[in-house]
Amino acid sequence: AKEKERKKERDRKRRRNVARRASSARKQGNELEDRPGREERRGRKKRDKEGKGKGGEDERQEEVKNDTVAKTQKNFSNENTRKLEQKEVEVVGEEDGDTEEKRKNGRSEKGGKKEDNGRGETVEKKQKKKRVETSEEHESSEEEEDEEEKVGEEKPEVLSPEELEKLKEEVDERKKLISTLRGKPWPMRKKLLTLRESHEFVEKYEGALGKGKSRKLYAYKVMMLKKWMKFQRDFENFKTACVPWEMKIKEIESHFGSSVASYFIFLRWMYGINMILFGLTFGLVMVPEALMGRPYGSMPRKTVPRADEANAMDFAVLWDFGGYAQYSVLFYGYYNSQRAIGWLKFRMPLSYFLVGVGTVAYSYMVVIRTMARNANEDGGGDNNSFNFSWKMFTSWDYLIGNPETADNKFASITTSFKEAILEEQESRKDDNIHLTRFLRVLANFLVLCCLAGSGYLIYFVVRRSQKFALEGLESHSWWERNEVNMVMSLLGMFCPMLFDVISALENYHPRIALQWQLGRIFALFLGNLYTFIIALMDEINLKREEEEVLKLNMTIWEASLYNGTLGANSTAPPITVHPADIPRGPCWETMVGQEFVRLIVSDTMTTYITLLIGDFLRAVLVRFLNYCWCWDLEAGFPSYSEFDVSGNVLGLIFNQGMIWMGAFYAPCLPALNVLRLHVSMYLQCWAVMCCNVPQERVFKASGSNNFYMAMLLVILFLSTLPAIYTIVTIPPSFDCGPFSGKSRMFDVIQETLESDFPAWFGKVFSYASNPGLVLPFLLLMVLAIYYLQSTSKSYKQANLELKKKLQTQNEENKKKTKMAALKAAMDLEEAQKARSEAPRQQRKNNASQQSYTGEKNTVTGHLVSSFVFVYPPAPRGHRIPGPLPGNQWQPAPSVQRVPNSQRH
Amino acid sequence: MGTTASQLRKDLLSEYQVVMHVFFRAHKRFSELLSKEDRNIPTPRVPMEKVLSLPELKSNPFRKRICHVFSTSDMKDGSLTFEDFLDLLSAFSDSATLEIKSHYAFRIFDFDDDGTLDGGDLEKLVNCLTGETDDTRLTTEEMRQLISNILEESDIDKDGTVNLSEFQHVISRSPDFVRSVQM
Repeated sequence: AKEKERKKERDRKRRRNVARRASSARKQGNELEDRPGREERRGRKKRDKEGKGKGGEDERQEEVKNDTVAKTQKNFSNENTRKLEQKEVEVVGEEDGDTEEKRKNGRSEKGGKKEDNGRGETVEKKQKKKRVETSEEHESSEEEEDEEEKVGEEKPEVLSPEELEKLKEEVDERKKLISTLRGKPWPMRKKLLTLRESHEFVEKYEGALGKGKSRKLYAYKVMMLKKWMKFQRDFENFKTACVPWEMKIKEIESHFGSSVASYFIFLRWMYGINMILFGLTFGLVMVPEALMGRPYGSMPRKTVPRADEANAMDFAVLWDFGGYAQYSVLFYGYYNSQRAIGWLKFRMPLSYFLVGVGTVAYSYMVVIRTMARNANEDGGGDNNSFNFSWKMFTSWDYLIGNPETADNKFASITTSFKEAILEEQESRKDDNIHLTRFLRVLANFLVLCCLAGSGYLIYFVVRRSQKFALEGLESHSWWERNEVNMVMSLLGMFCPMLFDVISALENYHPRIALQWQLGRIFALFLGNLYTFIIALMDEINLKREEEEVLKLNMTIWEASLYNGTLGANSTAPPITVHPADIPRGPCWETMVGQEFVRLIVSDTMTTYITLLIGDFLRAVLVRFLNYCWCWDLEAGFPSYSEFDVSGNVLGLIFNQGMIWMGAFYAPCLPALNVLRLHVSMYLQCWAVMCCNVPQERVFKASGSNNFYMAMLLVILFLSTLPAIYTIVTIPPSFDCGPFSGKSRMFDVIQETLESDFPAWFGKVFSYASNPGLVLPFLLLMVLAIYYLQSTSKSYKQANLELKKKLQTQNEENKKKTKMAALKAAMDLEEAQKARSEAPRQQRKNNASQQSYTGEKNTVTGHLVSSFVFVYPPAPRGHRIPGPLPGNQWQPAPSVQRVPNSQRH
Repeated sequence: MGTTASQLRKDLLSEYQVVMHVFFRAHKRFSELLSKEDRNIPTPRVPMEKVLSLPELKSNPFRKRICHVFSTSDMKDGSLTFEDFLDLLSAFSDSATLEIKSHYAFRIFDFDDDGTLDGGDLEKLVNCLTGETDDTRLTTEEMRQLISNILEESDIDKDGTVNLSEFQHVISRSPDFVRSVQM
């Protein structure tokens, strides 16, 4: 602190020097008498502000001190300036230019700068002088420029290097203050004042640090920096304005608390990701193929087969993504294997492959980054020792703005308090625990049964549908055709309800119950999805066998065609068969894509329909049948529905999983998903506001935030697994898709390397992909991961230790201060006693002694008063002079003063 | 908007923007709260009743405390000037730091403004959190238990009160705090 004080002092002195140099040289001693008064005024003003800027509570004390110090300093500096004056006669002109510049600034800024008044005065006076005395100012601007440069050269003589250094430090400090100002819990007025003051300071002195020409450069830099800052701010504002659905979500937040809002935020986040995925597939795959690829009808894979042509435009067929939809850019099969298309020589197959990989890579990156950020945010919440205090201080959700929700929140807080007290009072009773355990085991058993049953059901249905497919779909009813999707959707709808009922048996805390519930639904969805995939794999294998047969038939057909035409006319033009007539393979990739698209569509439909029936219709019925019903429907059994956060989040996650799985084979999937999410947003926002009631037990969502993300990550992994498996192991169809004719899909990389890159690059790549190099590299990565993890663990350990140390130190400090305070209080009492005894002694003692005791008495009195000043009676207002955990503030003055008072 | 914005000088505006993010929206909200006559006064104050009618504060149990804490009025009537209003918004915005939030939260919880949370403050706080109705209130026995538990946890120096640094110490470990103190 002293160091700072000294620095400030020096700074002030220098400022005064600079100012005086300017003014005194101009006045040439005319106004020497007049000056000090004004100078002092200005100095005090400056100091005043500085004191405020530094934000201490002891402004006043400091000021008093400053004043005294400054006075002595002034005398000293006066002498200094007198000496300097001689030197600086040459410099005068430039200095004046400088001040004038400043004055201009001050005028233009009009920022209500109090300080400017003072300066303005002097400058104006100076100007009067100027008109009388000098003419060099008015001569030309060129001279001014020259002079300015001179100033730069001469400055270093005036300011010593260490002073410069100090000044620099100060400026940096101010800058730091400006940047951290937002994070200070001060009232706005103070913030503004400090900001203005610091800005002024920085502006004033940072220029002085520059040398010669660099000063102009500096001014330019500052200007650009300001512009850039402003731009950044505007951009930030623009960004916040661009966040979609913010108001909707805020409204929901105020009605339903943050847990429901967290679903919508998650939905919005998902929407953002899907927008990017959509941009990738749409911009790099679908549009190039549609614009530059061969048009529809030019080759077999781009034409509807003759047999299907009749009803290829029927709505039922299109709804199933057959007919024209199947032979369009929406699906894998439509894409041509031509290496480069269009005048851009766009590498279509390569682009297709890279977009597929990029989609997955981008998703991984985003999910993991978000997870890491979330983990960082709530990293501190590791120890559970503040259970009650957290409940007390952080349980109110300030976002709640709806009275009903507020009532629910009150109730839930009360119950949580009561529960916590109960738990604290007595550990759980023994007779209860057996029953609870039994019930929990039973519940888990039931859930397992449900899962197994649903898994079997799906397998059965998929098998049956394969049988139907072999027999031909036309002969079956609508239900039989859509059985798989419907069964999956229905299971997804009813099983969670069942789980909910079962979980009532378990008697968990709602937060834990929610996690169990989520885990179970997750398992259910996962089981269903994987059964579906396994069934799909079977179907792929079937299709591939079909393909083999067809390949054989194809050669026969070609031969027959060739032979037939040859036999008829040997000089006939090359055979032209309409592409619709050429037999083609089953193209399993398109089939997979279609399956996923259908699944998504049916899933979306079920979600919307459940929303309409389960929420809207129910709300309408409850609302209007209540007028003529025998019991209160609103409060009684059906009631209004609550918003099911966990179910909805899981639905979203699984939907996303299917997108990731199917996007490779159906490039239209991200587009479809964006559409779905968009509609979902509006529909669900509307539904939640119009027909749901706030949850009875409102709890905050932030705890489960990363839980959702972890699930998303698991789903991402599990959904990319089958996709990658199919890409790597199954050879692509021979007559459809961008990879037709290759033995594996990833051969496209090899091909590109061979034909588009120089030979040496291919060589390097082949070396790099050599197992001898890859394996050690993998090993290295594993080792690195291991190392990083162990270091992070040790850091955590160290962190914990430090925390403990800090805590104990804090406690010790507090004990010390407390002891000191106690001692001081006792001393105070003693001193008071002494004072009260002193008059008695006075009376007893003779005249010679009287003068001595009187002196002593005043000294004690003074000490006591200063002592009392150090310990103010219980501080009013918000600023608590207590030790903060970071800096160890100690009431040092009082402690030091204790022995002093004892001495007397 | 145009008329209200012109009341503010441009340089002042840029300074405001350094200290906080969303400025225009705040000003709009504030001038909505002002009555017609008040707009012509250089530093208008919004009375507490008007501030309490904001949807964000309507059902907050601490709404009166919030007004009192942010008010710089000499009469202690909880009325807010524009700058106070900005303070309020910036403290509850999601870009505010933990330090700011905990500082103001402490002042909000400190019902008697004496710089520490003592038993009385904690009791009032619990009553605020459990609502006005009798069926959600805690019994005196429960209250006593609760407060003693809280003091046991967070009162590090064992002086029977929680001061700001202890409060911040407790709060900084809580995973939910920054998110929950938001509007």
